[in-house]
Parts: sequence; structure tokens; C-alpha cells
Amino acid sequence: MFPTPIEKRSLPFNLSYRVAVWIALFLWLLPLIAVMVTSARSMADINGGNYWGIPTEWMFFENYTMVFTQTPMLRYLLNSLIITLPAVFGAVALSTLAGYALAKYKFRGNVALFAAFIAGNFVPFQILMIPVRDLTISMGLYDTASGLILFHIAFQTGFCTLFMRNFIVGLPDELIEAARVEGVSEWQIFWHVVLPLVRPALAALSVLIFTFIWNDYFWALVLVQSDEVRPITAGISALKGQWMASWQLIAAGSIVAALPPVILFFAMQRHFIAGLTLGATKG
Amino acid sequence: MQKLHSKQQQWMPVLFLAPAVILFVVYVIFPILQSIWLSFYEWDGIGEKTFVGFSNYIELFDDYQFWVALKNNLYWMVFFMLAPPIGLGIALFLNQKIMGIRLVKSMFFFPFVISQVVVGLVFSWFYDPSFGLFNKAIGLFGMEPVAILSDENWVTFGIIVAGLWPQIAYCMILYLTGLNNLNPDQIEAARLDGAHGWKMLRHVILPQLRPATFIAVVVTVIGALRSFDLVATMTSGGPFGSSSVLAYFMYEQSIFNYRAGYGAAIATVLFLIMDIYIAYFLWRMLKSEKA
Repeated sequence: MFPTPIEKRSLPFNLSYRVAVWIALFLWLLPLIAVMVTSARSMADINGGNYWGIPTEWMFFENYTMVFTQTPMLRYLLNSLIITLPAVFGAVALSTLAGYALAKYKFRGNVALFAAFIAGNFVPFQILMIPVRDLTISMGLYDTASGLILFHIAFQTGFCTLFMRNFIVGLPDELIEAARVEGVSEWQIFWHVVLPLVRPALAALSVLIFTFIWNDYFWALVLVQSDEVRPITAGISALKGQWMASWQLIAAGSIVAALPPVILFFAMQRHFIAGLTLGATKG
Repeated sequence: MQKLHSKQQQWMPVLFLAPAVILFVVYVIFPILQSIWLSFYEWDGIGEKTFVGFSNYIELFDDYQFWVALKNNLYWMVFFMLAPPIGLGIALFLNQKIMGIRLVKSMFFFPFVISQVVVGLVFSWFYDPSFGLFNKAIGLFGMEPVAILSDENWVTFGIIVAGLWPQIAYCMILYLTGLNNLNPDQIEAARLDGAHGWKMLRHVILPQLRPATFIAVVVTVIGALRSFDLVATMTSGGPFGSSSVLAYFMYEQSIFNYRAGYGAAIATVLFLIMDIYIAYFLWRMLKSEKA
């Protein structure tokens, strides 16, 4: 283990390390903590310039109730779910099929196709912007959830296929061969042999791209314009303009927007990190 | 029976691949070609397209705003490179087994999980000239308040610091995983040889962390070139376009100024810059694939 385990050091060193870790964490999250405290401030505090001290009264419930009742925040939150969940499902499903084909079948162009998926995943969004916007408009999907969902599925398929292909490559060929000898059809092999084995990868991938899609802002700006469809990232930035002076509400809104991915991350932490670093331990 | 199977083995991969490939071609591959093609046209986004040859590019290279954006992208790339070493530093600091360390590690990772729009808002407060924590802090050292986000000389660096926050968290996680997978025998052997501290890090640990470093550098460069969300939420490229980056400049020209052809030319330039890194990444990836 590196650095040297702390248990092997002196007691004072140990104690100061244990304290330092929490101080460092506090400083690291200070901007975020400030926002959380601000989301519980009263209007009087904001007007009086009390931005960083302890709030004179805690308005936690009042502020959050106001965010949900006086603004379209609830709608935005719902929109984000309506867009994100199907997009995650679609991208994971398509890329599991594609990843399996790339991992376990030999055919001409296999490597080239794999390379295209990887490369596509890194391109700047702006090179896609105008044509994708036109395409979405011409299909009548501009300013609809479906328009965004379709794009997210297509784009995330690049990363997801890379991910699934690398996972499936590691599965033993013998299992598939044995099933083939038994006369099991290719589709059945995929469904009954491969799919159960890739379940951990599916979980990791889903958590990861949930946050990618949830946090998307650019495509929400480009493909959507009305409050009825707008996801929470674009929503909160629209609200910012309207409530310039009501920082406590913007703060509460920001916390609401940040919460779902944070909760998901905490609940599925192991999967999340496995997903994020799969490439880092290989490659 | 065997024949049927080998036949199935031939066309099944095509079926497995078809949905993903079709969507990917329609939404990614084809639009790239279309954008490049569009960059040779003058187009307001709705009406007739007029072929203008290279004139969008000629105009671009004469456009002061383009050079500002390009220079800012360069700053992003250079200063974003602080993320891997700082991330490694934090990872080394946290790589201990004490009570609650798992919680600490995951909370350090927070900035990466939350949306960049929220990060942008958080840092806008932080920099606010009248009440922001940043100015309170420099006030303690007797310095005059600086309105970071409305000062042409500071604004880009202010946004880059905001961008570094999640990026450092990302690099930290990559390195924490790398540190977890170190080969203990090598470390013990090096310790017996008297290596420790800096020497150990340089000659034993860093070489083993190379895969993590590779990914960290790649995602950091790509992140720097892709920077859009923070610029859009914190300054909209202002003041007077001084914090714009290519991604934002392109968006501004095509959506607000109705210059789709010109926007496509900007996007093509950004794409060409990015291609250098994509090609490098692919080359490394496929090389390790063969090995």
C-alpha cells in the first residue's frame, strides 16, 4: 500500500491526519455547503446581506415549498425523469447487443466499427448541433421529449458500446461454444447465457449514463424550448434570469437539481466507480 | 443443423449491431459530414443555402472573436492539466484506512456528480463582488474586491477554476482506483531496497499508475475542449466575448446570430483540433488491444 499506512505512524501524526481529512473535506465542499445554507435563508437575511453567516431564522420548508409551488421546478424534475429513464434504457439495450456482436463474433470491419463508436463518443457536440437540430425539426420532434431521448440514445451508444464490448470480451468463449454445440440458437445464447453474466456491467453503465444524461445542458438548450418539456438543467438556468434577487430560491432549486444523481451515486457507489474506471484499469 | 448454425452465426451479428449502428450513423456520423459540408455555405438556418467556398474560413481567421475563443480554449487546456496532478495528490492523501474514509472519498467526488449548471451557479455566488466568499477571503488579506466574472483579464481563469473542481474529483477517483490495484510485492521489494516518499512515488508508483494517468489526461483534454456549460451559465461568453470558447462561440453564432454556415465552420475547426486527441486515444487503445 502506498503511501505508508497511517497506523504505522506516531499517535500525534495519526490524530492530526484524522482531523485534517475532515477539514479538507469541509473546505473542498465549502461552495456547496454555502449553497445549502443559503437555500434555508429568509428573504430578510438575503436583503440584509447575511449570505455567509448562520441564518437568523431557518426557512428550509418554506423555501423548498415555494420552489415547488411557485415555479415550474416540479415539472422540470418530472421532465428530466421522462427524458432520462427511457434514454438510459435504450442506450444500454442497444449497446449490449452491439457490444456482444463486437466482442464475440469475428467479421470483417469489426475493429473499424469499434473504433468508430469510440471516436464518435469524443466528438465535440457542436459538430453535430445544426444537422441534429434540423433532423429533429424535420421529424416533428423539436421541443418534445422524444427528440431528446432519441438523440441521447444514439450518442450514448458510442460510450456504452465501448463499455459493454470491453466487458463481454472478458467472458469465457467456452460457455458460448458449449451452448452452440448443444444447438442453442444465437439469440437464445445472448438472452440466456450472455445477459445474466453482464448484469453487473449493466448496473454500472446505467448509473453512470443516468448522471450524464440527467446533467446534460447543451442538448436541452438546442432541442427544447418550452417549460413543458425542459429538463431541470435548462430549467434552473431559465429560473436564474427570472429571480435575480431571490438567491435562496435559486439555491433551493440547485439543490433539487443536484439531488437525484447524488442519491443514485450514493446508493450505487460501487457500480458507479466500477463504471467510471473500467477503462482506467485496462487500456 | 450445423449448417444452419454457421449461417446464423454469419447474420446474427449484423442483426445485433443494426439498431445501434443505424442510430449512430443517423445522429453522429452523418451529422459530422453534414456540418463539414455546411461550413462551405452561407446559411441563416432557414432559407436558401449559398455556396461560398472557403469564405467562412477566411472570415473566421480574420475574426478577432475567433482568436479570443481559441486562446481561451488553450488556457483551458493548459490549466486543466492541473487536474490530474491535484487529483493524484488528493488520492494519495485519502488513500488510508481510517474510520469514515469511504464516506470522505465519496463526498470528495460530489462535484463530479452534480450538473455543471449547478457548479456554475455555485461559483457565480462564490465570486460575487458584493457578497461572495471569494472576496471576503481576499479581503482578509487586505486586498480590494475583484469582480472576477466581469473582469476581462480574470473571467476565463475564474471559470476554469470552477471547471477544475469537478475535473479534479474525476481524476481523484481514477487514481484512487489505480492505487487500489497496485502490486504490493513490488512496493515491498522497493521498500526493502530503501525507497520511500518521493523516490518511491516516481519510480515505483507512477509507472504502475500509467493507465489511470492516460485516462485522466485524455478526459481532461476532451473536457477542456468541450467546455460549454460553465461558460454559458456563468458569463454567456462575456464581458464582451472575453470568456468565450470555441464551443460557445459556435453556439452563439448559429443560434443567436443565425449564421449556421459560419457556425459549422467554427465547429469544424474545433472538431479538427479534437481529432488529434481522438486519433491518439484510438491508437493507444487499439495497440493495447493487440498486445
